[in-house]
Amino acid sequence: MSDIAQSTSQSPSKSDQSGHDHHGPAKGITRWIYTTNHKDIGTLYLWFSFIMFLTGGCMALVIRSELFQPGLQLVQPEFFNQMTTMHGLIMVFGAVMPAFVGLANWMIPMMVGAPDMALPRMNNLSFWILPFAFAMLLSTLLMEGGGPNFGWTFYAPLSTTYAPPSVTFFIFSVHMMGISSIMGAINVIATILNMRAPGMTLMKMPLFVWTWLITAFLLIAVMPVLAGVITMMLMDIHFGTSFFDAGGGGDPVLFQHLFWFFGHPEVYIMILPAFGIISHIVPAFSRKRLFGYASMVYATASIALLSFIVWAHHMFTVGLPLAGELFFMYSTMLIAVPTGVKVFNWVSTMFRGAMTFETPMLFAIGFIVLFTIGGFSGLMLAISPADFQYHDTYFVVAHFHYVLVPGAVFSIIAGAYYWLPKWTGHMYDECLGKWHFWLSMIGVNLTFFPMHFIGLAGMPRRIPDYALQFADFNMIASIGGFLFGFSQLLFLYIVIKCIRGGKQAEANPWEGAEGLEWEVPSPAPYHTFSTPPEVK
Amino acid sequence: MDTVCKRTQKPCAASMPRSFPVSEDKRFLLLAGDQKAQLFALLLLPLLMLAQLLAAPKAQADWELNMPVGVTEISASVYNLHMTIFWICVVIGLIVFGVMFWSILHHRKSRGAKAASFHESTFVEILWTVIPLLILVGMAIPATATLRQMYDTSESEVDIQITGYQWKWRYQYLNEEIDFFSNLTTPKEQINNQAEKTENYLLEVDNPLLVPVGQKIRFLLTSNDVIHSWWVPDFAVKKDAIPGFINEAWTKIDKPGIYRGQCAELCGKDHGFMPIVVKAVPPEEYQNWVAEQQAAKAAKTASAAKEWTLEELVAKGEQVYNTACAACHQPNGMGIPGAFPALKDSPLATKDKEGHIRIVLFGKAGTAMAAYGSQFDPVDLAAVITYERNAWGNNTGEMVTPQDIQQHLKAGQ
Amino acid sequence: MATVSHSSDAHDSHDANHNSGDHQSYYVPHQSHWPIVAASGLFLLMFGTGQMINHPDSPLRWLSVVGALIIIWMFFGWFRNVIEESMGGLYDEQMDRSFRWGMGWFIFSEVMFFAAFFGALFYVRQLAVPWLAGDGSNAMTHELLWPDFVAQWPLMTPPDTSAYSGPQQIIDPWHLPLINTVLLVTSSVTLTFAHHALRANKRGALASWLALTLLLGAAFLVIQAEEYVEAYTKLGLTLESGIYGGTFFILTGFHGLHVTMGSIILLVMLLRILKGHFTPQQHFGFEAAAWYWHFVDVVWLGLFLFVYVF
Repeated sequence: MSDIAQSTSQSPSKSDQSGHDHHGPAKGITRWIYTTNHKDIGTLYLWFSFIMFLTGGCMALVIRSELFQPGLQLVQPEFFNQMTTMHGLIMVFGAVMPAFVGLANWMIPMMVGAPDMALPRMNNLSFWILPFAFAMLLSTLLMEGGGPNFGWTFYAPLSTTYAPPSVTFFIFSVHMMGISSIMGAINVIATILNMRAPGMTLMKMPLFVWTWLITAFLLIAVMPVLAGVITMMLMDIHFGTSFFDAGGGGDPVLFQHLFWFFGHPEVYIMILPAFGIISHIVPAFSRKRLFGYASMVYATASIALLSFIVWAHHMFTVGLPLAGELFFMYSTMLIAVPTGVKVFNWVSTMFRGAMTFETPMLFAIGFIVLFTIGGFSGLMLAISPADFQYHDTYFVVAHFHYVLVPGAVFSIIAGAYYWLPKWTGHMYDECLGKWHFWLSMIGVNLTFFPMHFIGLAGMPRRIPDYALQFADFNMIASIGGFLFGFSQLLFLYIVIKCIRGGKQAEANPWEGAEGLEWEVPSPAPYHTFSTPPEVK
Repeated sequence: MDTVCKRTQKPCAASMPRSFPVSEDKRFLLLAGDQKAQLFALLLLPLLMLAQLLAAPKAQADWELNMPVGVTEISASVYNLHMTIFWICVVIGLIVFGVMFWSILHHRKSRGAKAASFHESTFVEILWTVIPLLILVGMAIPATATLRQMYDTSESEVDIQITGYQWKWRYQYLNEEIDFFSNLTTPKEQINNQAEKTENYLLEVDNPLLVPVGQKIRFLLTSNDVIHSWWVPDFAVKKDAIPGFINEAWTKIDKPGIYRGQCAELCGKDHGFMPIVVKAVPPEEYQNWVAEQQAAKAAKTASAAKEWTLEELVAKGEQVYNTACAACHQPNGMGIPGAFPALKDSPLATKDKEGHIRIVLFGKAGTAMAAYGSQFDPVDLAAVITYERNAWGNNTGEMVTPQDIQQHLKAGQ
Repeated sequence: MATVSHSSDAHDSHDANHNSGDHQSYYVPHQSHWPIVAASGLFLLMFGTGQMINHPDSPLRWLSVVGALIIIWMFFGWFRNVIEESMGGLYDEQMDRSFRWGMGWFIFSEVMFFAAFFGALFYVRQLAVPWLAGDGSNAMTHELLWPDFVAQWPLMTPPDTSAYSGPQQIIDPWHLPLINTVLLVTSSVTLTFAHHALRANKRGALASWLALTLLLGAAFLVIQAEEYVEAYTKLGLTLESGIYGGTFFILTGFHGLHVTMGSIILLVMLLRILKGHFTPQQHFGFEAAAWYWHFVDVVWLGLFLFVYVF
């Protein structure tokens, strides 16, 4: 058997190993498939996430095209529902989460002065599960009866008794994504807790590392709950149980409780690392230390802890008992406090700094402004009686796109520009970067700001056609959507251009940037910190 | 009943005659490979959008910007809550963004700014933790009061059970014994852009919910299949209809009028096509309407005893079919492959008459096929089954009578 | 707040084993083909199982078997690599800590997996079932929808008796489940004895105690299987018998699956011990297996209390 031969040939001895260490990457495709290198795996995650971002983006454009005008023009309602569902699933599990894991892979070992991730082979497995999982998810679109059409929140019984047969494959693909996420998170935690350079105490860790430590904890805590709830769906669909069927003594609302117990921390999984990235970029380009490091850490931890006791604010209209409604309203309002602290700290960091506005800083400022707007609408949504009017309307769509697109996605783009010189050894094209920022900024606001208005005016979400009073704003949003979508192709071009060449980047291309990652050369060597640095 | 025109499902190409001319005989192929065809058609998407922009029929539209104040005491207090929190956010936003943009303008390196070195201040950090907390407490107090009021469903004068169906609403007045369905009436030509859209496009129904003003009305919400959500913005009432449970909500409407809303929880294919229309009238008018409804009900019971001919049943059945069945099984009886079975040439609709009657009356467990025995009266049920057995080339010539239906209902499942 | 420093102690202590010029103490494997094997095996297993469920006649269902075989092969190969590296002296104390953190957080994720099912159990017992019978603000739920329904736990008569027939009887906690509790708690004790024997380098005692642990685990599984057969054939307690059956089988079923996995892990440990693996100082593989077994034991205690007794 070849594996025996393989493993004996790999059967390691010290001298072999030290020989390998000073080698660069392996040649050919096996470099990427067999790799255990955190930088390779980070790159894989980032490209995968970008492909998924474009895939999910195309689905968003299908949605926006259909909603360009009242009436049904391009797609039928059942296909429209598949598009909204797949768009959500792909963007959440395929684009945003893998992008953050990719950044974590690239940056955390360098930031803490570790030679690699703690468990490098498992790191590779975490990544390579994803292409398989998404291939399976996307293949449901071609199955009889169509793909998942019950929204990315897949409420029972629409996703159980009334689901298309492909739901089985949807469930298994989400299982695979969960396995990948849990392994990735375990790796991040082990790396941060065990691999820091001597002298790097927890309270000296860069904030991206801190926010990822907390994110990884959230992932390990809630992904298994998601696995549990989809397993219960599978049982209800195929094995005759009645978890979500009142006829057998269950409750459809039980599904929502379990889902949102996962889902709300999931929301923070997608935003906490963003806070970390912004907390690096704002000080770097303000040439001033981050204001309130300790309170940033405590605020992040408070947000994470609160995220476990606010889940039912997604369910204010399901008929919770009054006491529950009040509890979840109060706890949700509380989240505004630590989130506010973060925004105040960023602004105070900028205050009396010496700012320049390179592309990463532009995206970071865009993040702060637009994420805060998303935070404000979040606070409005927390007020339960008002939520009866907002719930499941475009106001909610506007809210979560403001925190996810100019929130999470802008932070990922900002991080990419910030670290591109370190990754590629070249400076990106600053002029094109600024174009990318302004086009994205205009596009994103054109798309999502009008959604506040149509939501308040009464347009429900997830509908393929709408009443006439919503027509004008929908048309604007569609135009904005296309502008934003196509601007991202410019990003693709800038990144490729930067990989292929450009001005040579110094070890630290940014005047104000601090951290271990800037002490290694650009591009970062294949192996960094084989000898741990000493942190004072 | 001919105003009832449930939106029909045609392949996507049929709704775009300009861009994708598809002949009738090819339509079947397109329908079968529907999913893939749509995926491919989407590649041409930007082009199509542009074409539509140029050829857009100008629809009337008001630019609505804000939440309606509504017509109830509750909706007014919800509106006030909304505006209060909105202005609080605006003020905080102005302060924070003001400081930020002021810094961006003045503390830039290009203007020679030198970075200060401060990086913490316990005092301000505590300050900006405590002040937001106090603002939140101030916000929570009126919100709690309004919420408590919304939850008090006691001492209602009219009780209406509202049941969500895929994709229509059923209204049962518990004490008046009135029971009817409310379906979308927007014609499919408008939806498919073949006719000019009228004012209440997608927000019009055959039988609106009729209620008296000035009386406390309690809504008892549930669902027959998946979760729906009953929402009328002008009352600030939005409550999920959960199968197997009853949720309660209430309203007391101040002024007569017609108020429109929509289903707010994704409930499948036609989620966007099950609007809610409430007609609020003075109490006297409401009483008259109740009396009329009860009289009509008595007349309907009598008609079940009548002798029906095949032609009469088929004609009536076609109307019922288009209201209740066409959304899934399609107006041409072809269904949607993989999701909803075809009735044309199906053994059930051409041979097994017993089975056909039973599946319509009692539904099929574990599928979207609901039990219609309790939703329609025997005449409608007999008509629709007869229609299905004689339409689209299912020429069985067989007739199912209201008496047959009554027997089956009596025998039960 | 403790600083984890590794360059001084961990690094130095291993310096003796290092070739000169190699400053690396943390072992980073160069490349491995096992992860991609694992990912493809997982995909085939999942896809094949989906086919088996959706299209029982499709030949694609056999992909699940292929996937399972690939995964088994992968486990052998991957762990063989790890064992060889470990016994080749490539792992230092820091690596050991990585494994400990990894295993610890993995068990935490398993705790949360069971938490979802326990959460569901408490929710239906405390809220959903009483609400269906008119508790709280649900008087109308009872009156309009389920007028004949009476709240009780165990739920013997579900609200919709035409779709679900409740169990005729439930498992008596004081017979088979009690025996199983004794078996599993005892097995945790014998495993601890085995661990002590390992630390004291008493190999014979180690193997015997571990074998006894395995035997107890196997006995547990046999009794659990007997209980399931009884539930299905005599008590009318099935997956289809309403929410009681659902919660009962999902909790005990996943627990049983974990006991099975734990037993397989312990079996592997036993075989490794018989091959002379592990030293009194270095045996995290064994410890990880023990942690897992204790975790499975603790879950059982929760099950015994909340599924069987109360």
